[in-house]
Amino acid sequence: MLARGFRVSYWFRNDNRLPQERLAASSYVIVGMITLLLLGFWKLQVIDSDKYGAMAERNRVRSIPIIAPRGRMLDRDGRVLVDNYPSFSVLLLRDDLAAVEKNLPAIADGLGLSLDDLKDQLNNTGALPKFQPIVIKPEATQGDVAFIESHRADIPLLEMLMVHRRRYLPGGFMSHASGYVGEVSEQQIEASNGKYRPGDVAGKSGLERQYNDMLVGTDGMRRVIVNSIGKEMGRLSQQEAIPGKQIQLTIDYDLQQIAEEALAGKKGAVVALDPSTGEILAFVSRPAPDPNDFAIRVSKEEWLRLNTDPDRPLLNRVTQAQLAPGSVFKIVMATAMLEEKVPPENFTAFCPGYATFYGRQFKCWVYGKAGHGVMDVHNAIVHSCDVFFYNIGMRMGIDRIAKYAKLLGLGAKTGIDLPSEESGLVPSEEWVQRVFHRKWYPGETISVSIGQGAVTVTPMQIASMIGGLASGGDFKQPHLLKDAQNIGDRRVSISDSTVEKVTQGMYGVVNEGGGTGAAIKLQGIEFCGKSGTAQVIGADAKSRFGKGEKKFNNNAWFVGYAPRRDPEIVVTVLVEEGGHGASASGPIARDIIKAYYDKKAKKGQGQTTVEFKRYDLDGDSGAHVAEQSRPASKPEQAAAVIEPASGKKPRPE
Amino acid sequence: MNETTGTRDYDWWLLAIIAAICALGVVEIYSATHGSALVGMHTKQIRWLVIGFVLMFVLSRIDYHLIMDQAPVLYIVGISALVAVLLVGHTRFGAKRWIPVLGEFLQVSELVKLIIIIVLARFFAEVRTDELSLQDLIKAGLLVGIPLVLILKQPDLGTALVLMPMLIVGAFLAGLQWRHAAVIILIGVLMLPVGWHFLKPYQKERVTSFLHPEEDAKGSGYQVLQSKIAVGSGGFWGKGFGNGSQNQLGYIPVRYSDFIMSAWAEEQGFKGVLLALGLYMALLLRLVQNAQRAKDRAGMFLVMGVTAALGFHVLVNVAMVIGAMPVTGIPLPLMSYGGSATLFVFLAIGLVMNVRLRRFVN
Repeated sequence: MLARGFRVSYWFRNDNRLPQERLAASSYVIVGMITLLLLGFWKLQVIDSDKYGAMAERNRVRSIPIIAPRGRMLDRDGRVLVDNYPSFSVLLLRDDLAAVEKNLPAIADGLGLSLDDLKDQLNNTGALPKFQPIVIKPEATQGDVAFIESHRADIPLLEMLMVHRRRYLPGGFMSHASGYVGEVSEQQIEASNGKYRPGDVAGKSGLERQYNDMLVGTDGMRRVIVNSIGKEMGRLSQQEAIPGKQIQLTIDYDLQQIAEEALAGKKGAVVALDPSTGEILAFVSRPAPDPNDFAIRVSKEEWLRLNTDPDRPLLNRVTQAQLAPGSVFKIVMATAMLEEKVPPENFTAFCPGYATFYGRQFKCWVYGKAGHGVMDVHNAIVHSCDVFFYNIGMRMGIDRIAKYAKLLGLGAKTGIDLPSEESGLVPSEEWVQRVFHRKWYPGETISVSIGQGAVTVTPMQIASMIGGLASGGDFKQPHLLKDAQNIGDRRVSISDSTVEKVTQGMYGVVNEGGGTGAAIKLQGIEFCGKSGTAQVIGADAKSRFGKGEKKFNNNAWFVGYAPRRDPEIVVTVLVEEGGHGASASGPIARDIIKAYYDKKAKKGQGQTTVEFKRYDLDGDSGAHVAEQSRPASKPEQAAAVIEPASGKKPRPE
Repeated sequence: MNETTGTRDYDWWLLAIIAAICALGVVEIYSATHGSALVGMHTKQIRWLVIGFVLMFVLSRIDYHLIMDQAPVLYIVGISALVAVLLVGHTRFGAKRWIPVLGEFLQVSELVKLIIIIVLARFFAEVRTDELSLQDLIKAGLLVGIPLVLILKQPDLGTALVLMPMLIVGAFLAGLQWRHAAVIILIGVLMLPVGWHFLKPYQKERVTSFLHPEEDAKGSGYQVLQSKIAVGSGGFWGKGFGNGSQNQLGYIPVRYSDFIMSAWAEEQGFKGVLLALGLYMALLLRLVQNAQRAKDRAGMFLVMGVTAALGFHVLVNVAMVIGAMPVTGIPLPLMSYGGSATLFVFLAIGLVMNVRLRRFVN
């Protein structure tokens, strides 16, 4: 009907010869085509189904680590010394490179990053798999979080990962003991048998490194469903992180604080320990880096600066500074003399201010003013008479001195639970032969007799030596972990009369008129000690370069302890280039020992801690209150075995 | 021309098959989009289906001889439209293919496909010899060549390629000689490198990533890989409606349109694929049957032109989904979401119905 009225030219008329054969062939082509397609599906869906099923699962499920917080470090009274705080890292999802490139300027702008740095970072991580997000900002600010949340829809490339960052007390407080953490190095990853992944945090130095296995927790895992742009759509399972164990240290915050303040702005070290247990009460090395700076990411420039700083802030002076002990070494000399009875204990020497040995003049420290006059061993300790000990050294010879120095723990590591301890050096004829292939010059013995020459010690060794000696030859292995097990206990047989005489000498140093430490006497406390003023370079050279220049100032040592026998506390103080030992270092030792006794007295009156100068660690004061009231020993606290110092202990690089 | 057609003469089997395929499509479009920003797409698709059905009915009522009589006019209109779209067309997704019609953007090339079916049918119907002469073959080639180049210019490689099977099937049924076929194939192979030169960079990338999918795991190789993962992970029984992770989480590219077969295969498994491809086979065989029963050569060529176009669509699309052919952007007829493509299929079916309605008419 529609066609009616239209004129159609009949070009098709009577043409009904259809090519039936070829039409039938078309049907076969169709059947063949569909069959081939079905075969293709059969291959994918039936034969290779498992393979593709697994691939779909890998697409769908993403495992996101839940970072376990590291264990905290507490002081001996349960106060928090090292803590964690939650922080967000900003992750960039790189699945869609085109989208990344397009949004990069907006991201850089929104997060306050440099676009060039961001591009560099992208290029540098090009080798990593594309599904692995990269951290573009380790610590997100509030503004960053707001930026990410508000642009979820238009910039779906940013994610936040909650991590726990280490928080140390400010200003490098105790930082040489605590050490610091950092991202694991490639060597550590290789050595860990798959325990570490790139980006994991591990202890790099100090206690963080020593007790890393305890402090580190077990990361949890969240298995989530993600869509094609990496957005989390649902959660499959969650394995909670197991936090690292909290460790309690032997450090006393109050004493540590006094020691830190005393060394502020100086170069040196303070170590206080209880020789009856080996527990270290204070541990300071200055200058010290602030490990909070390393908790995020340390820049190359900063790292280079720390490593090339002439003051060597990365050197742990308590265990790694190997310096001439100066007059403190006279305690070794006195012990050797009294034990060997060479010369006999009633030996006296006359000190005119100098002495001549092997044709060379050796000065006493009082040279130029007057001599000490007639000195016996007690007075020689009290007045630190060099001439007396020159004579002792000449009569005993280097090997006997070396024997007693080693007996008292010099020349060997104390075994403190910190990595990279140094052992100092006790010279001997054998040593000179082995290292320098020459004979020992008798003149060298004279220098060693007053703690100069080749002999070097660490402040840790001095503290351990004096503590062990005053305890009658009982050397407890120094340690920082409160609940340490199997503490090494080295017993050295020294006759009681020797211990008595030497400790009397050290008591005299502080408490007798004319003693080198008479100015720092403490009322009511058996405060004993020995000062040492060690030349950094030879006195001749010093006069050549000009007197009084600080650069060549002497290292000031003081080791103090109390009470005289079986002491409770030993304090070694080293102030590098500090000048005179008794005046530069002595007062610091005195202040710490006084604080120790003050605190003890208050404890006796029922007060647990002297004062708690609280640092706001995480803004949550409740946590601190709870911490203080906790009992001292808790089941989750870690107990460790301190390995005795031996050559077998792996030496950290 | 007496109009004595009635409703009983419609091909009800064909309509049932089409309805079934459309239903699968709507279900899968719903599954692929219900939880996303594209929610509601299935209702839009239903709207296109309804419009298409009406257009099909209307077109089936106009005697196809009358339509084919206007073939030269239609051809000129088609070419003009292609030129117009190149000059003033609307650019979307980097290609000039769309002109606005009634508030929607329609792809001109879809209409041109229909016109070429009609024009070729008219041309071959007028070839009276049993064997197709080389002269006629070249003429037919030129008829197709002009719009083909214009469509390539947009660029729309997929649609341009669809014109080829129309020509090939038409020529074959018009008595193509085997030696001509052999020469054409030879020339085609020799021309391949030249054709490669004219491809757009993204088209070249699609081909290279098809040949070496592992080299480009996130580019267009990524699309095919994700599609294969979806298909393969569906297994024999499928993951169930709305449960395909590749589909629901957006790993399948354009899962509601070009890759809808991938989404269907993931959620319904091999059994679902069997159903869908079975329906397509039934559709195509039913079309061939209609061609066999056509009253005259004109009707037969018309129906087979439609068959060639739809068959090529199914082949290229489904093969792409399983990684057996490069990505060309050809939708799956009646299942993929899309206005112009859906309208084209229904109009084409309208032509088939038209031929069927008049098979007993003198």
